[in-house]
Formats: sequence, structure tokens, C-alpha cells
Amino acid sequence: MNPRPLAFVGPVMRKEFRQIRRDSRSLVFMIFLPAFLLVMFGFALNFDVKHIPLAVVDQDGSRASRELTEKFAATEYFDIETRLDRTGDVDGLMAREKIRAALVIPETFSEDLLAGRSPSVQFLVDGANAMSGTTAAGYAASILQSYSQRVTLEGLARRGAGGLTLPLKTDVRVWYNPELRSAKFLVPGLMAFILMVILTTSTAFSVVREKERGTMEQLRVSPLPSVALIVGKLVPYVLISLASAHLVLGLGWVLFGVAVKGSYLLLLLAMVLFLIAGLAQGLLISAVTETQQVAFLLSILTTILPTFILSGFVFPVRNMPLVIQVVTYLIPAKYFLVALRAIIIKGAGFPAFWDQVLMLAAFAASTLALSVALLRRGSGVGGRRPLRRRAS
Amino acid sequence: MADHSIEVRALSKRFGGFTAVDAVSFDVGRGAIFGFLGANGAGKSTTIRMLCGLLDPTSGTATVGGFDVGREPEMVKTVIGYMSQKFSLYEDLTVLENIRFFGGAYGLSANAVQARLPWVLELAGLNGRERSLTRTLSVGWKQRLALGCAVLHEPQIVFLDEPTGGVDPASRRRFWELINELSSRGVTVFVTTHYLDEAEYCNDIRLIHGGRIVAGGSPRRLKEEIIRNPILEVATDRAVDALEVLQKEPWVLETSIFGTALHIGVADEAEGRRLVLRRLALEGIVPERVDRIVPSLEDVFIHKIEEQAVARPDGGSPA
Repeated sequence: MNPRPLAFVGPVMRKEFRQIRRDSRSLVFMIFLPAFLLVMFGFALNFDVKHIPLAVVDQDGSRASRELTEKFAATEYFDIETRLDRTGDVDGLMAREKIRAALVIPETFSEDLLAGRSPSVQFLVDGANAMSGTTAAGYAASILQSYSQRVTLEGLARRGAGGLTLPLKTDVRVWYNPELRSAKFLVPGLMAFILMVILTTSTAFSVVREKERGTMEQLRVSPLPSVALIVGKLVPYVLISLASAHLVLGLGWVLFGVAVKGSYLLLLLAMVLFLIAGLAQGLLISAVTETQQVAFLLSILTTILPTFILSGFVFPVRNMPLVIQVVTYLIPAKYFLVALRAIIIKGAGFPAFWDQVLMLAAFAASTLALSVALLRRGSGVGGRRPLRRRAS
Repeated sequence: MADHSIEVRALSKRFGGFTAVDAVSFDVGRGAIFGFLGANGAGKSTTIRMLCGLLDPTSGTATVGGFDVGREPEMVKTVIGYMSQKFSLYEDLTVLENIRFFGGAYGLSANAVQARLPWVLELAGLNGRERSLTRTLSVGWKQRLALGCAVLHEPQIVFLDEPTGGVDPASRRRFWELINELSSRGVTVFVTTHYLDEAEYCNDIRLIHGGRIVAGGSPRRLKEEIIRNPILEVATDRAVDALEVLQKEPWVLETSIFGTALHIGVADEAEGRRLVLRRLALEGIVPERVDRIVPSLEDVFIHKIEEQAVARPDGGSPA
């Protein structure tokens, strides 16, 4: 008899590796599905608003109105799709999604400008997609703003007040992601999201399968300590998902140009902790379920939506109502994401996110401890009640 | 004390309002083949699960190999082997990989497993199939491999929970030979089954019904001492009709049906035979034969259950 719990880890690990290797479907699921999902989501989830098809209704036809139209055409945000004569045509085109925005310059535009009156320019936006609609309106407002500043200064200069400057000059600079590309923002989020879903599901499955086949009961009758069982199960899954995480990272760099700016070792630390947290969540699910169907449902419910919505992946946590903000503390992806974005995008050092790493470690440790305790106790409610049947 | 491998005292298990095992007491001698017999749901598996430390007893005590199952379940695990009715092996591992893994789970070193390997392969009859995936083996082979894995660490006591379910008769026979072999080496074998014919292989048996032990002893003693009245076997192709008629008669002590034959208990052989023939003739049933038989354990079982139902008409619900 070998009394050291660690001596039991080896056989469990070897067995898990063999089982994973034989089950090629789950291997593909764990290694290639994350990469595939990254490609799918990475291209589909694009919050960048560029090349918005624009219709121009220039009723003035003056030099000034052409100049304003040019300002729009010169940016990469708008493409002039068509020029119309009547405002009434805008409606039909927008309904058919031929255009997403329209610029209407009134007949009196240049006349008003020269006379020093404020002409009103109309900008119509398709608000069906609120996100791109708001962005388009924002771009248009800033183009119009800068044009009107220039016109004001020119007007003043003509009246002999040359050399005047505006009292306030804004110079906005975007740090870390100067082009404001959503890929940079999304790749770390997707990485957290995909790994969380895959990991939790596959760990929950690997334990519940043993319950269903009765091998778990066999192990519970043996002197195998449950800590050894869990460590032995974790190690292979952590290694495989670490490989998968690197594949995602590599693809993020090749396909979306998202390179790791900060320390790789810190990234590795955050990844390992996050992977353990995901696995622990899977174990916890497997401790309280008896069938693969229920385990799958619970894994999906506790990973997909929370990681997508509550982790700060898509929606910033600080904009959420307080109650929801409290719930987000239970989402390991939240901590991982902050650390991941800090390392990958900002290249920040440990002081910037040590608290997140600590929280992640705390989540992983407490979830693991809880699942070990639950699995040791068995199925919880004292086993199945025997069926009452008449003897044959 | 010293010659008992297992001692059970007033062991009970309740699930909510349902009492699965009701104050059961018995001893199992060292090296015995102890049969725990009963219908599905009679409390057999619950008892075995308590003795293996898988379930906590609601009340009562039990020691296995000298260790208390409630207080020292981890020690109990080191002296027992357990095989469930599912033959819990890893189907996606080969024969050899299963043996090596379970050896490791029992805390055996790689060398110890290697030394034990020829014995297990021989026992399971799996020489030459070491590299086959377990899922490709027939049920009988899986059963023997599961037994081999359960005794890798040479336990003093082996628990077998319905080990022969779904196994063909030839494999069943072979399996019981293995159990005999284990017993001859001094291993205590605790086996549950609902095949009453298998109980003939045991030295000591307990019949459990509705969570209570209703009879116990060696198969021979049970058959000779418990059923003192003669049992007649009535062979007829209208067995069901005959049963319906006969079980209403006051002179019929007990009835049971075995395919195309009825077993009925009567007070006196000659008188009983006459009454049976006369009553059946009224229904136009002419039995092929009416013979006195040596009661089987099944007869004993039915006798005890009917006795209990009479004694406790309210509580004796058939499980």
C-alpha cells in the first residue's frame, strides 16, 4: 500500500490522457473548436463602423455645399453611395438598406452662410442598428462641427478679424488601440469566452461520464483520495486547454493583428489560473449533477451568457445596475479579461492587475475546495433510492 | 469475533419516509461465501453500499475487517474489493490499461501490479487479449475482468453486488468457480443476487424482504427446516387458471408459479394430491403430473414472505 496521496495522481493522469486521446471528438472539441470559434466570432463580431453607405441630397449645388460633401467623402467612415435630387427618395433607399445615412443640404445653404445666418444641414441615420447608427451620427456631427468652425474663422477673417483663434482646441488621442479597432478589444474577450465554455463543459462531462458508467462508484470504494482524483483529472485538461489557448492567441495575432504587448510569463500565469477556475467550475457542476444532459445544460447556462454579458466582454461592468455588478464578482472571466486586456493591449505590468489575478486565484481555489468536498461526499443526497419492483 | 469478517448490528437506512434497510443484523464468517438474497429493491444494494462505506447508515453499526464502517470508512476501503452490477470498467481503455489503473487506484506500485498481472489475466481468461479495448469484450469477460480488478490488491473481503446480471449461464457457472477459488484462499465473499438458484453455491445465506431479513442459514438448513410441509409440483399447460382456482382453497398453504408448473404447499402429501386432482377436475383441468418435490430456495422464500404477510398484514407490502 502506498499511503502518499500524490502517488495516486500518476495513474489517474495517465488514464485521463489515454481516454482523451482515444476520444478524438473531445480532443477536437477542446483544441480546434476554440480556434474555429475565434475565427467565426472574430469576423462576425465587428463593432467598427466604416464605409457607411451615404446618400447626398445637395439641393444647393454651390461650391460650399460640394466642399461639405467632399469632407464626408474624404473620411473612411462614409462612402457616397448615391446623389439624389429629392429628400423623398431617401426613405425608400434606407428601407432597402441601400444606404444607412443621408446628408441633406438645403437650397439656401451657401446663401445663408454668406449672409452670416446659420443654415441647417440635415443628417438622417438608419437607427435600426442602434450601435452603428449612433456611431455614424457621431462621425457626422464631428465632420459638420469642424467644417462649421472653419467657416466661422474664414467669415471672421473676411470681416477683418484675421488671426483670431478658437478659445478651445481639442486634441483627442486614443491610447493603446489608436485605430479604435474592435478586434483588439474582442480577441481577449473571445479567448476568455471560448475557453470558459469549452473547459467547463469538458471537465463536467469527464466526471459525470464516470458517474453514469459507475466507475466513479468503483473509485469511491478504492483508497484513491478524491484530491488525487481531481488533481489527476485537472492536469491533462489544463495542459490541453493551455495548448488550445495558445492556438487562439496565435490566430488572434495572424488573423486580427492582436499581438501580446506585455509580459508572456504574466500572461501564462493569468491563463493557468483562469483555466483552473474554468475547470473547477466544471467540477462543481459535475459534483451536483448525475447525467451528462443536465451537466451540459448547466455548463452552458453558467458559462455562455454570464461570460458574454456579465464579464465586461461586450458591456462595461461599471454601467450595470449595482445588483448585477455584485453578480459579476462570480464570473471568473471578468478578472481574466481585465488582466488579459492589460497584458495584451496595454502591455501593463503586474501592479496594474495583481488584484484581478488574486481574485482569480481565490475563485479557483474556493471552487476547487467546494467540488472536492462535494465529490468526496458522493452524490449528495445519499445515493439513489432503490426501485420498488416485484421479483420475477 | 476473530473469525467474523463482517459483523452487522441493527443496521438501518431510511431515505425520507422510506425504510430501505430495517434493523438488519448478521455475521459473516472468515472465508465464507455469504449470499444476500432478495428481490430488486429489497435492500440488498443499500446494505452492501453501507458496508463498503458508500452510504452512511441511519442507525446501527457494522464492522468490516474489524473496521467500523461509520467511523473508519477509509480503513474499510483498504481491506475490501467491490464489484458492482455494472462491471465498472473503463470501456475506452484496454484490458491491460484497466488493470494498471485500478492497481494504481488501490495504491499498488507499478511493480506490484506487474507481479499480479499474470494471475488476473489467468483468472479472467484474458491471456492474449491484453490489448483489446474493454468495450469489445463480451459481458462474461467484462465480468471476470471486473472481478480481477476488484481483487488486484488481495483484499480480505470481496463485495459482489449482483455480479451475474446479464451474463450467460456458462459464464455464470465459470464465475461461481472463481468465487469458490477465492473463498478457498481464505477470502470472504459477500454476494448479492436475485437468482435464487445461485444461492446454492453459498455456505451461508440471508433472505431479505422489504428491508428485513426473513430467513437465514445454509441452503440445506433453509430447505429442510423452514418448509416442513410437503410441496407438490403440478404440471399443466393451464397453470395460470389452476393457480387462480387453487389459491382460493383453504387447504392450500402457499402457491407459486414456475412457467407451466405450480408449486403448492399442502399439509399432507397423499391428501393434498387427491384434493388438487378433484378441484382441478371441476374446472376441466387435467394435470400432466402431480409430484412431491424437494423445496427449492424459491419455495423457501415465498413461504417466508407469505408467513410474514400473515403476521404483519398491514406492513408486509411486497417489495
